[in-house]
Amino acid sequence: MKILVCISKTPDTTAKISFTDDQKFNASGVQFIMNPYDEWYALVKALEIQESAGGTVTLINVGGADNETIIRKGLAIGAEKAVRINAEPTSSMFTAYQIAEYAKAEGFDLIFTGKETIDFNAAEVGAMIAEYLDMPYVSFANAMTLAGNTATISCEIEGGTETVEVNLPVVVSAAKGLAEQRIPNMRGIMMAKTKPLEVIEPAAFTENVVTRQFDLPAPKSAVKMIDADNMDELVRLLHEEAKVI
Amino acid sequence: MSVLVFAETHDNTFKKPALEAVFYGKKTASMLGTQCIALVLGDAANAAQLGKYGADKVLHLTDAALNSFDSQVYASVITQVAQTTGSDVVVLVHSAEGKAITGRVAVKLNAASVSGANSLPELSNGFTVAKSVYSGKAKVHYTLNSDNKVISIMGNSLPIEANGNDAPVESVSVNIPAARVKTTKVDRITGEVPLPEAEVVVSGGRGLKGPENWGILEDLGKVLGATMACSRPVADAHWRPHHEHVGQTGIAIRPNLYIAVGISGAIQHLAGVNNSKVIVVINKDPEAPFFKAADYGVCADLFDVVPKLTEAIKKFKAQH
Ligand SMILES: Cc1cc2nc3c(=O)[nH]c(=O)nc-3n(C[C@H](O)[C@H](O)[C@H](O)COP(=O)(O)OP(=O)(O)OC[C@H]3O[C@@H](n4cnc5c(N)ncnc54)[C@H](O)[C@@H]3O)c2cc1C
Repeated sequence: MKILVCISKTPDTTAKISFTDDQKFNASGVQFIMNPYDEWYALVKALEIQESAGGTVTLINVGGADNETIIRKGLAIGAEKAVRINAEPTSSMFTAYQIAEYAKAEGFDLIFTGKETIDFNAAEVGAMIAEYLDMPYVSFANAMTLAGNTATISCEIEGGTETVEVNLPVVVSAAKGLAEQRIPNMRGIMMAKTKPLEVIEPAAFTENVVTRQFDLPAPKSAVKMIDADNMDELVRLLHEEAKVI
Repeated sequence: MSVLVFAETHDNTFKKPALEAVFYGKKTASMLGTQCIALVLGDAANAAQLGKYGADKVLHLTDAALNSFDSQVYASVITQVAQTTGSDVVVLVHSAEGKAITGRVAVKLNAASVSGANSLPELSNGFTVAKSVYSGKAKVHYTLNSDNKVISIMGNSLPIEANGNDAPVESVSVNIPAARVKTTKVDRITGEVPLPEAEVVVSGGRGLKGPENWGILEDLGKVLGATMACSRPVADAHWRPHHEHVGQTGIAIRPNLYIAVGISGAIQHLAGVNNSKVIVVINKDPEAPFFKAADYGVCADLFDVVPKLTEAIKKFKAQH
């Protein structure tokens, strides 16, 4: 079983968000993490499959050299090797194209992504990789079993879940429930230092999406406190001022 | 040139996000001086009603193969229809299905895409579309430079109007590829508006102390016609089902009204709820961080306040 896990880097949710004058993300003082859906569910599910069915788990990340911290963390959790496409991603399609260009010659049986990144929440990369590689795509998987060449996957849909069957190869995006988070141990961290991390230059790509501008939301006006004994007043405000009831 | 909207259905009906997408498509088409075509795949009751929300024409493909979902099949069909109708803007819903299709259609049409847009395109300087990012802590504006554009719309992003008439419904011929993903079972929670579509949400946290105390919250939810939600520790402790968990690792919601009861307002919780239009927080701790993100706050014991609020709403509803 040849498995590819796509991992990305995001600011921690608690990070203070600001932008430089030239509309770039201001990274100073920001703590970056591996996107939780990639780390907790996609990677761990890939490892579980590899542990029971054999094979290899390869990580791939599109990003600069400073992403190697999170790549090494993925190796410490248990992936065998990693590939970094040496380019700052400019759009979902750029990222997906680079991953697909690498994957097409490799013949992966399974490609995992997280269900979305927690910074941009686009949930597009998995679908785009699947399209570039002409593979089926199952999104928001929260449980998955494999029997031979057939995967049975439960996934989140609007207001419920559904179960699907699909033959490999397939692209799967991982949601909560697919696996249990693993914390890297000392041995894993030591081994990760010498695991192969290949750096590949990006393939040529025409970018059609331009990030023009970021705005910070207007500061929220102060909360209006209402006396606990005056719920009629709260209801009045919700009706007359907020117009939500 | 035209705008094509994929109006998705669940259980043969159009949910509000699909109507919003049609309305968004119409507004965009008007700005571009062109028409808005709605596309409906599989069984659907009364596709003509999409005209009320702005569709100039509805294309309805009723082939039984389209009654079960495979992103590859849907993306292929939507792309073919975009090509035969000469549509250069494709609008979808940012739903579970929409998210699985948007990227595929963008690749097929070699289109620039924005996934999860929450405002109408701005055309004064190219074609620019905005969305909320970094857990609602910022907004980004993307300019789409390709001839074709694909946009998926976040639910509850714009108020819809239904002032048109029924639209003519036609068919169109396409090639439906064989599905590779086979759906064997669908479990939908019935009787409640799913959280991502809910307009009013009542949510409980650890402050409720235990599942046996949820009655007062459910009473409040009932008078408001709200969908119920909860914080993560509440779902993790199995006080409430997992599908009610909102936040960074749960469902992201954007209702008109979010009432948070006994929830501290940790940043990971706020990440999933701070796109709500109006937030009411009930918490006995004046230092609870949630008050900083709230529009209205009540600092008191929830076991005392919640029944009073329910009564006040009942009284209000009786008068209006
Ligand atoms: C990576 C990560 C992801 C996370 N994702 C999520 C997520 O998606 N969603 C989420 O919710 N959390 C998430 N969390 C957890 C989050 O950090 C908080 O721990 C959690 O939201 C707290 O839940 P709570 O507010 O219900 O409980 P608490 O923080 O324990 O707060 C309970 C509140 O109830 C109030 N209270 C108690 N008794 C009463 C009373 N009688 N009357 C009125 N008020 C009362 C207290 O003053 C307190 O403010 C995540 C954490 C991490 C690290």
